[in-house]
Amino acid sequence: MSRRGRLLAAAAALLPLPALAADAIAGGEQRASINIEAVVMFFLFVAGTLLITRWAASRTRSAKDFYAAGGGITGFQNGLAIAGDYMSAASFLGISALVYSSGFDGLIYSIGFLVGWPIILFMVAERLRNLGKYTFADVAAYRLEQTPIRSLAAVGSLTVVAFYLIAQMVGAGKLIELLFGLPYVWAVLIVGVLMILYVTFGGMIATTWVQIIKAVLLLGGATFMAVIVLVTFGFSPEALFARAVEVHPAGATIMAPGGLVTDPVNAISLGIALMFGTAGLPHILMRFFTVADAKAARKSVLYATGFIGYFYILTFIIGFGAITFLMVNPAYFTPGADGVVDTIKGMIGGTNMAAVHLADATGGSLFLGFISAVAFATILAVVSGLTLAGASAVSHDLYANVFARGRTTEAQEIRVSKIATVILGVVAILLGIAFENQNIAFMVGLAFAIAASCNFPVLFMSMMWSRLTTRGALYGGLLGLLSAVAMVMLSKTVWVDVLGNTEAIFPYTNPALFSMSIAFAGIWLFSVLDHSARARADRQAFGPQFVRSQTGLGAEGATAH
Amino acid sequence: METLRYERVRDNPKFKELVTARTRFATTLTIIMLAIYFGFILLVAFAPGLLGTRLGDGVTTLGIPLGLLVILSAFVLTGIYVRRANSEFDRLNDEIIEESGR
Repeated sequence: MSRRGRLLAAAAALLPLPALAADAIAGGEQRASINIEAVVMFFLFVAGTLLITRWAASRTRSAKDFYAAGGGITGFQNGLAIAGDYMSAASFLGISALVYSSGFDGLIYSIGFLVGWPIILFMVAERLRNLGKYTFADVAAYRLEQTPIRSLAAVGSLTVVAFYLIAQMVGAGKLIELLFGLPYVWAVLIVGVLMILYVTFGGMIATTWVQIIKAVLLLGGATFMAVIVLVTFGFSPEALFARAVEVHPAGATIMAPGGLVTDPVNAISLGIALMFGTAGLPHILMRFFTVADAKAARKSVLYATGFIGYFYILTFIIGFGAITFLMVNPAYFTPGADGVVDTIKGMIGGTNMAAVHLADATGGSLFLGFISAVAFATILAVVSGLTLAGASAVSHDLYANVFARGRTTEAQEIRVSKIATVILGVVAILLGIAFENQNIAFMVGLAFAIAASCNFPVLFMSMMWSRLTTRGALYGGLLGLLSAVAMVMLSKTVWVDVLGNTEAIFPYTNPALFSMSIAFAGIWLFSVLDHSARARADRQAFGPQFVRSQTGLGAEGATAH
Repeated sequence: METLRYERVRDNPKFKELVTARTRFATTLTIIMLAIYFGFILLVAFAPGLLGTRLGDGVTTLGIPLGLLVILSAFVLTGIYVRRANSEFDRLNDEIIEESGR
């Protein structure tokens, strides 16, 4: 495939990278022999995190402990946990692989993933913290009619969680099969069972600490690799780039934009999905309720932005390091039928293994084991956060506020949440197995598009716009959700790549620009046209909500332990 | 009692001052961030050659430092907001809450 074709394939495979990784990992068929170092280190990680879960279980008494870690996480810890949620195995392996195969274009992706964070801080974080309790639906339904808005938010959350979770489970199975030599089904089972244990017993406290530990391990491992690469080139980026240009088959073109983003509409639509999708991911939004107040929420975003930005700079160095270390060493490649080594497509396990092979090249088999264990840990931490967010939507929004209409006890609500966690975990395992050989590349893109087109507009307008009504939020949110799903289904990623049709009906791979606009327009139109008694009440209640969102007067505090 | 406190906050001129100042500040920073990011994306889409311009005799191109600057700007803008919000805005906020309770 030409460089251009490869890039287009990569872009289509899925903007957000997790699926990109899953997709390319699916290409590698070799299963590694059992990697002893990796297994030992992973076992240590699991033992450590299970101890933490036991400790967390002893501290999880109230609903606030279960959903929001008692509000006792500091800004710094939460910043690490948010960064951890964001630094999935796929974004680590996927972005470094993209830099490895295309150079500069990898940087364009990292930037898109990062710049949503300042916007979340400026527009969302404080109000969210001041208004919410456990889920973002608490905020969206603050002054609107509970049943329809909670239901909408729960559907939005569960859809996002489901697509994201399937993509992670399949990616996890493939990756672990490759790294540890474990059969796919075992890998999916281990991930599913551990995630159920963390969430049901340790709730948000365990989920947060697993995420923090993994973030530290991942940042540490990535820093080590980047430093070894830089030391090799005397800390001269120019020397690193010069060597990369020398050995890369695409030569000097890796130093310039290479066709990943040629169509401005698609580029902007992608940017919107990444930016505003982040602000609509339920498992990320939940993290803002784990800190004590708005001040800590702000600090969380500052630290998270710092860690994520630093991490993306590391992956850029790692990608270039992989070019210089691996492309000159045939040991990392399978020769083609003609005996010629293709340093892009011929990599053992696929290009997504670039960072893993670089671990071996820079730190030997012990470090390779470490990075493999960290990759496994990363998946575990991310799926745990997703599952907790999904379970909360079921227990806190659907059960407690829609089904029981507030007439339930805390203990009963937590019990429902734990049951929901087990069910979600089992469903995730089954779907992970069912989708083993399916093309799931579109799923994370769809999750981001729905988050940007349903969750985010409803949440944003409920906090910002005094004339919003229940009807406006419900219809606008549904329109955003349905149009995002429809446009992805009709785009190349599903209509052509999955369903096998020859030509896409919807011309853009990312619908967020259109579906988000539809959602906002729908919310506006149906609110303006709404003259019901409910609408009057919705509008009148904005005043007190506005005061609380701005000042934190009456906001949820931290529980003292 | 609670309604009374809300009304006191709402009618406090300092509340209006806080909301105006913070909204203006946050909006300005949002626009700067959007301009930087979409400016970069449009350069990628329309002027890839400019980003591919080599700096001096080496292979390093203009796009590399520019890209890193976008990453850095996200962190710096966040820092600028947090700094002002955690001092000036929070002080004003505390005064408003205090005055509403009396």
